Amino acid sequence: MSKPKIIVGLGSCGVAAGAGKVYKRLLEIQESDPGLFETGKTSCIGMCFREPLIEITDDKGKCLYGDVDDKKLDEIIESHIKNGTPIEKYAVHSDTFSGDEQDFIDNQEKIVLRNCGMMDPESIEEYEARDGYKSIKKLINEDISGDQVIETMLASGLRGRGGGGFPTGLKWKFARGNKSAEKYVICNADEGDPGAFMDRSVLEGDPHSILEGMIIAAYTINATGGVIYCRAEYPLAVKRLNRAISQAHEKGYLGKNILGKEGFSFNIYVKEGAGAFVCGEETALIGSIEGKRGMPDKRPPFPAESGLWNKPTNINNVETYANVPWIILNGPEAYAQHGTEKSKGTKVFALAGKIKNSGLVEVPMGITINDIIFKLGGGIKDGGTFKAVQLGGPSGGCIPASLGSTIVDYDSVNATGAIMGSGGMVVMDETTCMVDVAKFFLNFTQEESCGKCTFCRIGTKRMLEILTRITEGKGEEGDIEKLIELADQIKDSSLCGLGQTAPNPVLTTIKYFRSEYEAHIRDKKCPAKACNALLTYTVNEENCIGCTACARVCPTKAISGKVKEKHFIDQEACIKCGACFDVCKFKAIDLQ
Amino acid sequence: MRIIRKNPERISTLPNEPVDLVLMDSLLEKYAGKKGSMIPLLQGTQELYGYVPKTAIEKISLKTGLSESKVFGVTTFYSQFRLNPVGKHIIKVCHGTACHVQNANAITSAIMRELGVEDGATTPDKFFTLESVACLGCCSLAPVMMIGEETYGKLTGDSAVKIIKEIRKSENK
Repeated sequence: MSKPKIIVGLGSCGVAAGAGKVYKRLLEIQESDPGLFETGKTSCIGMCFREPLIEITDDKGKCLYGDVDDKKLDEIIESHIKNGTPIEKYAVHSDTFSGDEQDFIDNQEKIVLRNCGMMDPESIEEYEARDGYKSIKKLINEDISGDQVIETMLASGLRGRGGGGFPTGLKWKFARGNKSAEKYVICNADEGDPGAFMDRSVLEGDPHSILEGMIIAAYTINATGGVIYCRAEYPLAVKRLNRAISQAHEKGYLGKNILGKEGFSFNIYVKEGAGAFVCGEETALIGSIEGKRGMPDKRPPFPAESGLWNKPTNINNVETYANVPWIILNGPEAYAQHGTEKSKGTKVFALAGKIKNSGLVEVPMGITINDIIFKLGGGIKDGGTFKAVQLGGPSGGCIPASLGSTIVDYDSVNATGAIMGSGGMVVMDETTCMVDVAKFFLNFTQEESCGKCTFCRIGTKRMLEILTRITEGKGEEGDIEKLIELADQIKDSSLCGLGQTAPNPVLTTIKYFRSEYEAHIRDKKCPAKACNALLTYTVNEENCIGCTACARVCPTKAISGKVKEKHFIDQEACIKCGACFDVCKFKAIDLQ
Repeated sequence: MRIIRKNPERISTLPNEPVDLVLMDSLLEKYAGKKGSMIPLLQGTQELYGYVPKTAIEKISLKTGLSESKVFGVTTFYSQFRLNPVGKHIIKVCHGTACHVQNANAITSAIMRELGVEDGATTPDKFFTLESVACLGCCSLAPVMMIGEETYGKLTGDSAVKIIKEIRKSENK
């Protein structure tokens, strides 16, 4: 019998949830009894809501445990490792019995995340053992031409996963077609959408697959240099990418005459971004790599013709590159089997917000929104009702629960007014105010607008002012129409995607939740009870025990009352900051 | 990560604190003559001083041959760069979408009450700086904040304040 192996998930989410401590404890146990088991590390497995996670592999198969702490770890080792009896109540997924989250894993189809959570991302050997770098070897050994690779990519139907959905094969074809001694391949890892963390998980969990995807792109378009533009806020991803790059150099996958192929030389370096959402736009990203302010340029010329340092450049995002090696190895037909007619393959979504199972899921295109939220996501948290889902971040829109049967592919999502975007899915329940959500996104795009186009710079500001007025109870008749008019003008007059899509959250919330806007404007009420200025705070006399916590925290001294007596809020003095509500432990502050 | 800054910075109002510019020499040497190195230079500078001092901008301009206004323009464009000194610990409260719908505002206001400073400001003892950022990428643990390299998830106003109190306590020993 071989020794069982215990693997700890050490992605960013895992570490934030305390996986580092669990790993340390595991090493201590191992030190005291070295013959008992082997240990290993891996990255995000997507099940962020049950972190920290450990996986035990023994003769009977695999068993995944969730919400592990030191105490549970000791129990698991005692029972599972020493006595061979898995603890079913702690298990989330198992090969031999049904764990808590069996459906969450079994309902997914993993291509992009094929290695995430399955191997040590810092080991090139483990990547190779899972078919890593076989695709580039295949291209070189079988002397497959760049044109043939493009044919394969076109046949697979892969479309850019950054949000735009442009066919990857076509993009490569343009870049290949432009002759130049110097060409570049760029990976856009500037995942700036608030609410999206798919790319981070792939970067941390499977960095070599991105390198291999880029190497294949370089082979196809005859590129000489590669850059990964990664957010500096992802320090773990940057570290793992750099390590992967030096390992790939040692093994001859990067550098001069790659894998013995005469004349095929390619290097990659990581460029850390400095925090500007607009740099997700390809021309702005190129400007930023060149050390300038990241402001978009007019297209055409497209980067495929004149990109980094004015040379032909191919830009794809993380998820797109991660698909590439799989397609080369398994063939375009296998890939095209997944998904719908016009949107092939799978898509990774980051589930967050008011959803039970927040984390990463990879599903075939064409699945319905309801299936994602209820089958995989486990439904709404804390017994709430599903109200809407926000797709595509600040460029996207809110899809109401009534359209939950919409399938996710590029065209169906676009038809609702939202966009697929990079795959952030923020779920909202009845306590989320849609006007507030629209204001939140506009506040974001307004600040992130680079200022080049007037409508984007000033138009978003004016829209934000109107929305702020509405949420403060100062809305006027005609505000909604004014918002729509401004939105249309911003869409028409902006150079890049940021401005062209910035009004989407406002337009979709007006389209599907107009009555909420009207309630704010006409009745001065916030139906979701989220907009502070429209609420009245009163003391619930039954629940108040007179602890004085609210009176002490009130910044305007609007709350009076003695110890152990009922308190009272002076409505004239109340500025509706909500401090009393937050601080009360007895549910004695009512909101109306 | 977008850092929400309440007051736009102007070069004339920047602090003139004395800093040891010699520290920058090896950094400037490393990137000398390399194209596209403005952002790494500024990132390196900020790593040295915790912010980008006014005098450092002058020095970068002198060494790279780019005008001061160009360097300043790049510095203010990216939210990563700070032009003012910060406290020893920077508290970054996430206000991304997922955190926003899970009431990140309550976390920020609880910390504001605890520290007695506005969002974006530094405590008088230069111990903490409070910032709002957009998305730390730990959406499944929302609401989240980051102090140093450490990320804290599933916060409430109380638990956030407790963490801050503990940091202060452990350093005052």
